[in-house]
Parts: sequence; C-alpha cells; structure tokens
Amino acid sequence: MKKVQFKSSYSQYLFLAPQLGILLIFLYWPIIQTFRDAFTMQDAFGFGATFVWFDNFLFIFDDPAYFIAFKFTIIYSFVITLITGSIGLLLAVQANNVMHGKSTYKTLLIWPYAIAPAVVGVMANYFFSERFGLLYHLFHELWGFNWYESVFDSYIYVIIAGSWKQISANFIFFLAGLQAIQKSVIEASMIDCKNSFRRFWTITFPLLMPTTFFLIIINITYAFFDTFGIIDTTTIGAPSGETRTLVYKAYMDGFRGLDLGSAGAQSIMMMLIVLVITIFQFRYIEGKIHYN
Amino acid sequence: MTRFITSSFSHLILLIGILIMVVPVWMIFASSTHTSSMINMNGLQIFLGDSFYENYLRVLLYQGGFFKEITALKMFFNSFIMATGVAILSVVTSLMAAYALVYYRIKHATLLFWIIFITILVPLELRIFPTYSVMAELNLVNSYFGLIVPISASAIATLFFRQFYKTVPDELLESAKLDGANTWRFFVDFLIPLSKTMIVAMLIFMFVFGYNQYLWPLLVTTSEQYWTVVMGLKMMSGSIVHRFAFVMMSMVPPILIIIVLQKHFIKGVFQDK
Repeated sequence: MKKVQFKSSYSQYLFLAPQLGILLIFLYWPIIQTFRDAFTMQDAFGFGATFVWFDNFLFIFDDPAYFIAFKFTIIYSFVITLITGSIGLLLAVQANNVMHGKSTYKTLLIWPYAIAPAVVGVMANYFFSERFGLLYHLFHELWGFNWYESVFDSYIYVIIAGSWKQISANFIFFLAGLQAIQKSVIEASMIDCKNSFRRFWTITFPLLMPTTFFLIIINITYAFFDTFGIIDTTTIGAPSGETRTLVYKAYMDGFRGLDLGSAGAQSIMMMLIVLVITIFQFRYIEGKIHYN
Repeated sequence: MTRFITSSFSHLILLIGILIMVVPVWMIFASSTHTSSMINMNGLQIFLGDSFYENYLRVLLYQGGFFKEITALKMFFNSFIMATGVAILSVVTSLMAAYALVYYRIKHATLLFWIIFITILVPLELRIFPTYSVMAELNLVNSYFGLIVPISASAIATLFFRQFYKTVPDELLESAKLDGANTWRFFVDFLIPLSKTMIVAMLIFMFVFGYNQYLWPLLVTTSEQYWTVVMGLKMMSGSIVHRFAFVMMSMVPPILIIIVLQKHFIKGVFQDK
C-alpha cells in the first residue's frame, strides 16, 4: 500500500459505493439465492420450497449425465489448453524472430480474439454441416467422419471450433512475454549455447513460465465458461449429451427442465472446482516459478 | 545464410497461422455475396459473387426474428448500447473502487479486498438463474439496464487499476497535497490523466466483453425489441446467404475496435511504454 494515504471518515466509502453496491445486488444476492436453491426443492406448482439438505447434490452424483458432462469438460479444457497454448507459443516465437513485418503479423493474428464464441460456433457450423461443410466432407473421406453419431468425431468438431479464436489470445500473451525478456539474457545465452532449439527450452521457456501459467488459467476458464456459445451453436450436446460442458448441462437442467435445485447444486459444484484450481495455482505453481 | 533460412521458416509458419485465421472468415464472406441457389448447389465459395448489396441491405433492413419484429439494424443499436454501457459503467466504478483501496487507510481493508476480488471467481454463468430472478423481482427484464448492469458487476478492471495505481510514485500525491489538492481533485486532475492508457485498454476490453455476451441476453430479453446481435444469430430466420451476411456483419464492430485501437489495448494490458 501507499506510504502516503488519505485519511477520512467517509469519502473512501463514496468511492467504493458504486462498485460495492452493484456487486452486492447483482452478484452476492444471486449467489446467496444459488445456495438457497441448491439446498431446497421447489414443489411442482412453484408455490413453495422445502429444505432438503444435500438431496440435490446426491441427485446429480447419481446422474450418469453429470459424469459425462464432467468428463467432457475436463477433456475439453485440457485439449483446448494444450492446442491453443502450443500453437500460440509457436506463432509468438516466430513473430518474435522475424526482423521485418512484426507488427503486421501481430495485427493479422490478433483479431480473432475479438469474435464472440457464439459467432465462431455459427461459422464452424457451416464447415461441419453435412450438406456443404468442407471439413465434414474432408474428414468423411478420410475416416468416415460423422459427428452426429460418433463421440470422438463430435469432440473433434467442438475442439476445432473452440480452439480457433483462443489461439489469438495465447499468441498475444506469449508474444508480450517474449518481448519482456531482457535482450542481455538472450545475448548471453547465445554465447553459451549455439543450438537455438536447446536454447529455447533451457533459457527462454523457463523465463516464460509466469505467462504460461497465467494462460493455463485463462484457457481453462475459457473452456469452462465461454464455450457455452460454441456448444449451443454447434453440436447442442450431440450425440446424446456427450459434448455438453458442465455449464451447458446446468443451464439446460435449469432452463428446459426448470429444475432450479439441481442447477443450483451444479453451480456450487463448479464454484468448488474453480476454487480448487485457483488454490492449486497459488499454492503449488506460483511458488515454483521464478519471476525475473 | 542460416539466418535467411531460419527467418524464411518463421515467415512460413506465420503465414500458415494467418491462413488458418483468415480463410474460414473469407470463405463465409465470399459466400455471402452469392445467391442462395448457388450456395445450395455448389457449397461455400472462395471467389466473390455479385449479390453483395442485395444480401446485406436486405439483412440490415428486413424485419427478421421469430416474430418478425426486429431488424438487424436495431440489433446493432442494442448491442452498441449494451457494450458501451458495460464498458463505461464497469470502468468508472472500478477506477473509483481501486482508488479507495490504494489511496485510503480503510478499516477492514483486507476484508473489503476479498469481498471485491473473490467475485472474479464467480462468473455470471454460475449464478445465471438467480441473477435472472433478481432482475425479475426488480422489474428489469427487457430493459437496457437489465442487459448492462449484471455484466458490469465485475472486478477485473479493478484489479488492473489497483496494480497500476501501485506503480504510481508516492511523490505524486505528496506534491499534489503541497499544491493543496483534495482527494477528489487529486483523483480527477492527477490520477485519471495518468491512467489514460489503462482506461482506454479497459474500455476496449469491456466493450468487446459486453458486445460478445450470448447467454445473458438470451435469458433476460423476452421481447425482440431488446435482442442483441450475437444472440440474434441463432434466432434469425432467412435464407443461407442472409445468414452468412449477418454473421459477417456481427463480427465487424469488435474486430474493427481491436485492430484500430490495438496499440492502446496492448500498451494498457501489458503496461509497456
């Protein structure tokens, strides 16, 4: 904190009030309601709710569809993180290498970041439709691709759709990370190690660790939450719910099934997952990286 | 010589990367300038057709939607209002909150810090139905206010402003105090001008964030009059080329903003000078 600060009895609260007010009404109040929903069961006519302890949680653990969504979400975030991270890093390293046209490349690779996931999904839809989808027909020729029926093929579909725009975000952050590494470190390493491939993995990549872990969190968050628009405009969960993320399933149960208790319990499970990932990040990973 | 080879290799990889990004969008654009029968017979196109004006004008002005009550033009207007509202509201409230957190000695500062920043871990998707019922109770369904405010309940920008304020030298406040500036004057005349790059970056970030919302507008607007572009994509009726045209137009505003203001955006987010 600052050494010099203002001391006042009220004016700090005037500065805090707008944000705190919005957070309390539109964030904390709904969160409290989420907990209330999760521990109660609405009666069929919507007149009242009874407290049911952990019944809603037990129901979702009994539901095979929940585990399918759980499995898919884990695979989906892992694969998206891996693909977008490695392609983003590859492009960033090349863009950092070139003498000419660095900013042109940057501009030409940055823009997909701005496209909404739902828009990406609608576009992907055109490339994977049975009627005139180029990728559908290409993959169909190669191995009989059919995402309407094959679970593996539907994974490929939503992974390609989900990765495409996220490569941009990874590229931007890795490039910024590379540019932040001091020239003198790289020059010194050039004298010690002639092999540029080995130099990258032993000197540059370890220095990029903070960026890498930041991006892992960003990519996991993206795969968990932002891909709703992609799933809803591509497979809609097909075949038989195999490509539903946890967020998508919770939404469908709450909206289509009007089961707010289950949706609330599922939301709380996701909050726990996010919390675990965050604690893991701070406890085990942050401590092991060296910031320069 | 080796330098030439490695740099050609870099250019080649970058070129492939750009093609992966550009080709799909280009093909949808090229296809959007043809007629529907052409697409239905021959699939997606690589070369431009000659129905550009016809298709785009029709999409912009035609009453689309499920009940045929809204034009694409109105949806763009709604999206613009929503995105601008989200950007301004979240940036202004975050600027102020971060100021209080950094420049004041506050009671229970740690508690306040956690109350504000733990919210980053709870995105709207996790509290979507309760947020809806709060909006319904406050009678804010089908309103711009209802579209904007829950999306602005975010402490991300606060985090960035707080980090930035902490890098501002203490001498600035000391000299401002010597000049007789009170807390409000210091905030408005010294700190805000100094944070200009960061403010612009956060405005861009939150604008794109607001424009790209899909799930929330889907839930909180039952009247077509409040439909936004991104959610409208799924609802629009019309032939295939009109859909293509609408998809193309829907991505123009955020892409344009990112490309035109790219320098400010990167400067602010990564704090490089």
